[in-house]
Amino acid sequence: MTKIALEVNGKKVTKDISDHTTLSELLRDILNLTGTHIGCDTSQCGACVVHVDGKSIKSCTALAADLDGSKVTTIEGLASNGKLHPMQEAFKKMHGLQCGFCTPGMVMSAVDLLKNKKNPSDQEIRDWLEGNICRCTGYHNIVAAVKEAASKM
Amino acid sequence: MASLVGSRVERKEDKRFLTGKGRYTSDINIANQTYAIFIRSPHARAKIKKIDTSKALKSSGVVEILTGEHIAQDKIGGLIAGWAIRSEDGSEMKCPANPPLAKDSVNFVGDPVAVVFAETLDEARLAAELVKVDYKVLKAVSNLGEAMNSEAIHDGIDKNLCYDWLLGDRQKTKEAFDKADKIIKLDIVNNRLIPNAMEPRACVIDYNTASEEITCYTTSQNPHLSRLIMSAFGGVAPENKLRVVAPDVGGGFGSKINLYNEEIVCSWASKKIERPIKWVAERTESFLTDTHGRDHITHAELAVTNDGKFLGFKNETIANLGAYARVFGTVTPTYLFGPCATGVYIMPAAYSNVKAVYTNTAPVDAYRGAGRPEATYTIERIVDKAAMELGMDPIEIRMKNFPTEFPFKQTLVHQIDSGDYVAGLNKAKEMADYDGFAARKKESESKGKLRGIGVTSYFEACGIAPSPVVMMLGCGVGLWESAEVRFNPTGQVTVYTGSHSHGQSHQTTFAQIAADELGVPIENVDVVHGDTDKGTFGMGTYGSRSLTVGGIAIVNACKKIVNKGKRIAAKMLEASPDEVDFKNGEFVVAKSNKKKTIGEVAFASYLPGVRDEVKSPLPEGDEPGLIESSFFDPANFSFPAGSHICEVEIDPETGHVKLDKYTAVDDFGTIVNPLIVEGQVHGGLAQGIGQALYENAQYDDSGQLITASYMDYTMPRADDLPDFNLGFTCTKATTNPLGVKGCGEAGTIAATPTVMNAVINALGGKEISLPATAEKVWKACKEMKKSNAKAA
Repeated sequence: MTKIALEVNGKKVTKDISDHTTLSELLRDILNLTGTHIGCDTSQCGACVVHVDGKSIKSCTALAADLDGSKVTTIEGLASNGKLHPMQEAFKKMHGLQCGFCTPGMVMSAVDLLKNKKNPSDQEIRDWLEGNICRCTGYHNIVAAVKEAASKM
Repeated sequence: MASLVGSRVERKEDKRFLTGKGRYTSDINIANQTYAIFIRSPHARAKIKKIDTSKALKSSGVVEILTGEHIAQDKIGGLIAGWAIRSEDGSEMKCPANPPLAKDSVNFVGDPVAVVFAETLDEARLAAELVKVDYKVLKAVSNLGEAMNSEAIHDGIDKNLCYDWLLGDRQKTKEAFDKADKIIKLDIVNNRLIPNAMEPRACVIDYNTASEEITCYTTSQNPHLSRLIMSAFGGVAPENKLRVVAPDVGGGFGSKINLYNEEIVCSWASKKIERPIKWVAERTESFLTDTHGRDHITHAELAVTNDGKFLGFKNETIANLGAYARVFGTVTPTYLFGPCATGVYIMPAAYSNVKAVYTNTAPVDAYRGAGRPEATYTIERIVDKAAMELGMDPIEIRMKNFPTEFPFKQTLVHQIDSGDYVAGLNKAKEMADYDGFAARKKESESKGKLRGIGVTSYFEACGIAPSPVVMMLGCGVGLWESAEVRFNPTGQVTVYTGSHSHGQSHQTTFAQIAADELGVPIENVDVVHGDTDKGTFGMGTYGSRSLTVGGIAIVNACKKIVNKGKRIAAKMLEASPDEVDFKNGEFVVAKSNKKKTIGEVAFASYLPGVRDEVKSPLPEGDEPGLIESSFFDPANFSFPAGSHICEVEIDPETGHVKLDKYTAVDDFGTIVNPLIVEGQVHGGLAQGIGQALYENAQYDDSGQLITASYMDYTMPRADDLPDFNLGFTCTKATTNPLGVKGCGEAGTIAATPTVMNAVINALGGKEISLPATAEKVWKACKEMKKSNAKAA
């Protein structure tokens, strides 16, 4: 067991966890933040993407014990004071989600893209989101949503 | 008030999904729950000699380990085929028993044989490693083409043949072929796919020891149907002691129609161990045990005249059922496939003959489109081949054989009520700039690339109905849908539907419909689904049926509310019901300014009296309250149709196929919400394109699935797909009051042949099998180069 202290969605969290606990397990099973989803066992689908110290990572392959002192933002922490983040607004407006399962990871990835690149081209958006699988939308409206968000941010 | 039907209303579902508040089955935890891990066969075909759980039972945290012996002792029934199909010779289909835990033999890799329940997931995993299963391994039947000549997998099922089914007229077709100028022949393999909903299957079971009720939270497209099967065939509990809840469902595409082994086993076991149980599939378990799709070998022949008129069509298909026949397993390659074999064309004579066989692979069932993509792929590929052999333009040959008058009696079964195939193809041709293709091809060639164009015209038969017909054909249930509409005393409306959403946005579109019918703001309408304790009963969501069947049940229930409201308003306004009109949420007495809002009428219906006077607003014979229900059973299927055109550019040096332009023109009748319908088309296209270029489920000779992870099974990703160019035409369905047709599967049905026709066009007509991977295309390009060099 390892004692870790980190900040999750702006709140301080201190927990004793086993060494093999992944960040996604910490979030889902221990902190009950079930917005972060698990869609595969091989770090391929991207449903589990969260931000650690401002960067998007796949939380299913990060060990929580390694993240002592980090700041973690999950989909639950993206909206502020009840107001949706512009990326969330854009996904809603452009119908960038259907079943919603890949959506948290997709949105968190897309938010990080715009941090790196203010006005990405279609191809840059598609290349960036290559690590997030969506089975519902065919990506068309996801790309449109990211562009919409870029125009508002 | 403007109509909501037809508006791009943003989704009611989105806020919870976008803020991480969706509630999927694996998000549910129940105090004191145990964790289940299933022990699955590592062999495709084997006899179970012995299962030794003694060591595992002593492992830390283990609560219980159950096997097929326990299932048999408790007389728990198994999984079933939902449709009974009869062979051409009149004999009934042959189905093996499919117990929830195998007792004597296993028949595919992943077939569950035992289950461990432990205090933690880690403990369950560790104990599962200690369960020893002694197998006698048998030679697997994994090759579809050889299955009928292989050893029988199941006792008493000769040639591994479930049925040998015929639709159509062999003699008439032979006569048509005798008159043909030319016979076009095509052999194709419609490859096996894995649906891959992003949410893996899961179930959480809560047994209430006081009420003796089992609650099964599960990832289902049709919770009522699951309850019915689990109760009637599984014998797990009577329906009144069994509640099935499918909360938010993260995609299904057909794979979550079936009730699965894990749901039966965990529901039964929860009662046995008197503890809640949680099971969540790992992705590899999903690959191995979710029902798969497609997997046909087809020989087709098209009889044509020299000027391109179709005379007849033969479709000889071997369909893979996998190890067991499941709910839609037997109907997918028959009534969902066979009738659509002749496509959108006038075809004077035709038949479809399907032999469905068992193999030692995962069960094959409905996957988005279910039978109709396979049929459309066959006809649209052979029509293109005919155009090529006759030296005709692919659009010209299609136009030449389209029906132009509706209703159109299609050759094999369907009476298509409405459509305009010519308008659809013309619109697609214009949107795709078909005439500019030659110039674009030249430009590609100047860069050393190959360019091809592909066309598909399709129709789909969806919203299977009516019940007496489907039951006559062998379906075990009726395919109506139910709705209940509750107008609450204080003005909000709750709509209960028996269909379910796994991404289709019913909470928005159904609210649009009800809000329009009742003249209330959409914010006041909530749609409830997915819980057998809420609402009446329902057949669920698949086959693009939810709107055309379930949506109409909502319309009809709303109309009953309005009718009752009219009677009440008339009494309140001292008029006769005939004088009362309902418009924009108000009951108005003709030629007067007397009116009552529907909210006032609802309020009065629940509080039928006044102070100091004995006076009721309810007419004699009407009961208090404003709640109505409806079961809708349409007179026929609905028949969406359309034409798609795409262009590909191929790099002959790498074999990479770039999907350059994709144009889809679809006719879904009335469109309730264009934003959502476009999304359905986009997603459908991605899955159809996936089959054409990327996806392939592959078993090796020993029956091992060698594409059992996202590192081996190629899912289309954002950078694989283009933007889609969508257009619509509209001929309203005549079989329902909204004029709507199904839209969920069209993209998948049309995209595979459209893309393959384009690839084959780019390759100068050289046949290539699904999927057109870079490797295959590269090889084809090399061969082309060789034969071109020879010719020169």
